[in-house]
Amino acid sequence: MTLLLNIAVDGLAYGMILFMIAVGLSVTMGLMRVVNLAHGGFALIGGALAHWLGTEAGLPFGLVLPGAVAGTILIAMPLERLVYRRIYGFGELQQVLATIGLTFLMIASVNLWQGSSLLAITLPEGLNRSVDLGFRQLTAHRALVIGVGALIILGLWVLLDRTRFGIRLRAAVDNRETASALGIDTGRIYMLTFALGAGLAALGGILGAELLPIDAYYPLRYMVLFLIVVAIGGLGSILGSFVAALAIGLIETASRYLVPDMATITFFVLVILFLALRPRGLMGRAGA
Amino acid sequence: MQGLEVRGLSKRFGGLVVSEDIDFDLPPGARKALIGPNGAGKSTFANLVTGILAPTGGTIRFDGQDIAGLDEAQRVKRGIAKTFQITTLFSGLTVRENLRLPVLERRGRGGGLFRRADGDPAIETEVEALLAQFDLLPFADRPVVDLAYGQQRLVEMALTLALKPRVLILDEPAAGVPSSETHLIIEAIERLPGDLAVLVIEHDMDLVFRVARSIVVLVQGRILTEGTPGEIATNAQVRELYLGGAHG
Amino acid sequence: MNRRLLSLLLILLAGGAAYLLFPYNLAFLTRILIMIVLVLSLDLILGLAGIATLGQAAMYGAGAYAAGLFAIHVWADPVAGLLAGALAGAALAALSGAVLMRTQGLTLIMLTIAVAQICAEIANRARAVTGGADGLRGIRPGKVLGLWEFDFIGITGYWYAFAVMALVLLALAVIARSPFGLSLRGIHESPERMVAIGVSVYRRRLAAYTMGGAVAGTAGALSAQITQLVSLEAFSFTLSAEALIMLILGGTGRLYGAVLGTVIFMAVHHLAAANDPFNWLFVIGALVLAVVFFLPRGLIVLPTGLKRLAKGGRHAGS
Ligand SMILES: Nc1ncnc2c1ncn2[C@@H]1O[C@H](COP(=O)(O)OP(=O)(O)O)[C@@H](O)[C@H]1O
Ligand SMILES: [Mg+2]
Repeated sequence: MTLLLNIAVDGLAYGMILFMIAVGLSVTMGLMRVVNLAHGGFALIGGALAHWLGTEAGLPFGLVLPGAVAGTILIAMPLERLVYRRIYGFGELQQVLATIGLTFLMIASVNLWQGSSLLAITLPEGLNRSVDLGFRQLTAHRALVIGVGALIILGLWVLLDRTRFGIRLRAAVDNRETASALGIDTGRIYMLTFALGAGLAALGGILGAELLPIDAYYPLRYMVLFLIVVAIGGLGSILGSFVAALAIGLIETASRYLVPDMATITFFVLVILFLALRPRGLMGRAGA
Repeated sequence: MQGLEVRGLSKRFGGLVVSEDIDFDLPPGARKALIGPNGAGKSTFANLVTGILAPTGGTIRFDGQDIAGLDEAQRVKRGIAKTFQITTLFSGLTVRENLRLPVLERRGRGGGLFRRADGDPAIETEVEALLAQFDLLPFADRPVVDLAYGQQRLVEMALTLALKPRVLILDEPAAGVPSSETHLIIEAIERLPGDLAVLVIEHDMDLVFRVARSIVVLVQGRILTEGTPGEIATNAQVRELYLGGAHG
Repeated sequence: MNRRLLSLLLILLAGGAAYLLFPYNLAFLTRILIMIVLVLSLDLILGLAGIATLGQAAMYGAGAYAAGLFAIHVWADPVAGLLAGALAGAALAALSGAVLMRTQGLTLIMLTIAVAQICAEIANRARAVTGGADGLRGIRPGKVLGLWEFDFIGITGYWYAFAVMALVLLALAVIARSPFGLSLRGIHESPERMVAIGVSVYRRRLAAYTMGGAVAGTAGALSAQITQLVSLEAFSFTLSAEALIMLILGGTGRLYGAVLGTVIFMAVHHLAAANDPFNWLFVIGALVLAVVFFLPRGLIVLPTGLKRLAKGGRHAGS
């Protein structure tokens, strides 16, 4: 029983992190139809900025977090304008190559700036405290992660369902040509969506640093993990990535607890079997 | 019975009924046309027969055998072939290569590894004959993308004919072809082997009346009527349909 | 016929010239030859058949471990070891391809990466057999064809790798011109149409993927025999990505594009990465973006492009 609860709590926290990082990837892939292998790079940039703001600039965590997220967004926006916008129309293979190239450049830049060792992110004392749940001790940090994840899915739901931006975004995902024919400025929507996705990735990278430690090679190491969330959730589906991220978080955590030696292999085999049966993922749209 | 025999064929996409209770025969040597307004379900009918789509109900027999269990590739091997309404060619390959591919496959040589693709004289003779039949010799070594659209439609037909089908379905062979070039398509259809069963789906009434000996009219997934060109030309319902369509 | 003889002669000459010009860089030249074999395998499945993959290292690694283990436990004969490597690569490709070839696009790309990661994980866990993170050591290949011993300068290694590369190139040139090769180009151009002419596209793609796996396995086996070491790096994403970049740099679907791209990439790597691997990431990142934006069809179009420019210039002049 305790074991199950442990798996549930750890898996949930892990899943929330995966969701924060991958949701932007899913939406940009669904919207811009771009295969973006560099997305994990934004989590890295967020993490590196947080490391620098916290340890070298000595700011408190309450400023580090928004500062690093904002910094990442400021880097992502011109990148979208200058690079991504030009590759939207390219073939899949060219997109793969271009975004691999970007990934390499991000890794090299972070290395040049911060070196190749682990980039620790200092958490405030409060977050390391335990919260007693009765059946186990939960660090405040885990609780924060789960809470923020829940807030984000709620916020995204409100954003998409209740705002003009959301309506336009969904229209553009469903049919780009129709959307621009209706006078929706798809270019602006792309940029805002991209920036939002990058910001969330940075947030996930910082909050999840304990589970997915930050160093220069971060984007390559976890590339497959993030892509799996997107593929299983279904391109462009926010709810899909949420469900997929939580499921993956729970399954991976469970296999860590239950079959520690075979965890990675079990996990990958399950993923491959699932995608062989449902190549479009949980909520992928047919013919997309 | 020889040839194609369709009974009670129906197809729904979700709630949308696209084919309903279609009975249709296409014996060897037939020259039939399928006409009807846009969205009537003509392409869908062709896709059901060729196995690109699975029907919701009804049977399709070929030479007396139910072919429901055969996929698209297997039906091609049995002799049922179709051209595409939207030109679907190997656009980077030359015209000659486009025709060589189906001939190789039909003769079961498509998987060969050690001979050259162009090394079999029998196959090359056949390819040359097809090029000549469709007046494509002057463009034989040009990539298909470089050809005019009318010519591409001819390649589309030649490629399908290379499969030596016994049933040939032409889905709007003249669609998008400038009217100055439609005579090329008509002549090509007139030159098809006499024992081939041909179904032409077409909007160009000129073409339909030139090549068809029998015309089937499809409206909203149902067969409205079937008759000789003379009967169809004078059929009040059809005239209304087409005049109404022209106005609407 | 003449042209083929000529290209063969040219390749032999290039091999001899490289040997004479860089006698102290044989290890590096050999490394290039091995990479050429790997990139050629990619040209078969990506260049010809249009199967986008970022996991060719899986088959390379499988071939490397198979050849290494074969040499240690079964038989030290290098040619037999190559066959073992090719077989292992083909088997892995057939097995994983049975699932992968049903998918496409992003899912396919991601799964190819995942397969390589699974392989790395298995090799890492099966420490008793593979040596885990320390790598597989103790590979002592015997004489090539019972005649030539591997020497520490690397002369035998160089010519052995060169012969294998030339044979692979020749075999792939034959396949590219064969009906099978034509059908792969057909699948690349229009899978729908291939089905419409009665072909099982899935089976053809699986066959191509398996052949590519055999060639990649051969490359891995070569590397295991010549460096006498196999490490987990054999399965790395970077290797798959670099192979892809070399191919695109040279140009896909022409085989000699694969050769050209590999040689240039490896030469640049040699010069740029000599002192700092991270600098290298800057170079390669910029290189990739430059190719994608300015030379999407690879370096092999340069000669025709330049010719056209020159002609255009003359026309303008006259
Ligand atoms: N794959 C599909 N899914 C849903 N509806 C379809 C599909 N294919 C065709 N339709 C619909 O079926 C109807 C008939 O289409 P089609 O057979 O192409 O007509 P035609 O060829 O007579 O113009 C149209 O309303 C079309 O929108
Ligand atoms: Mg139609």
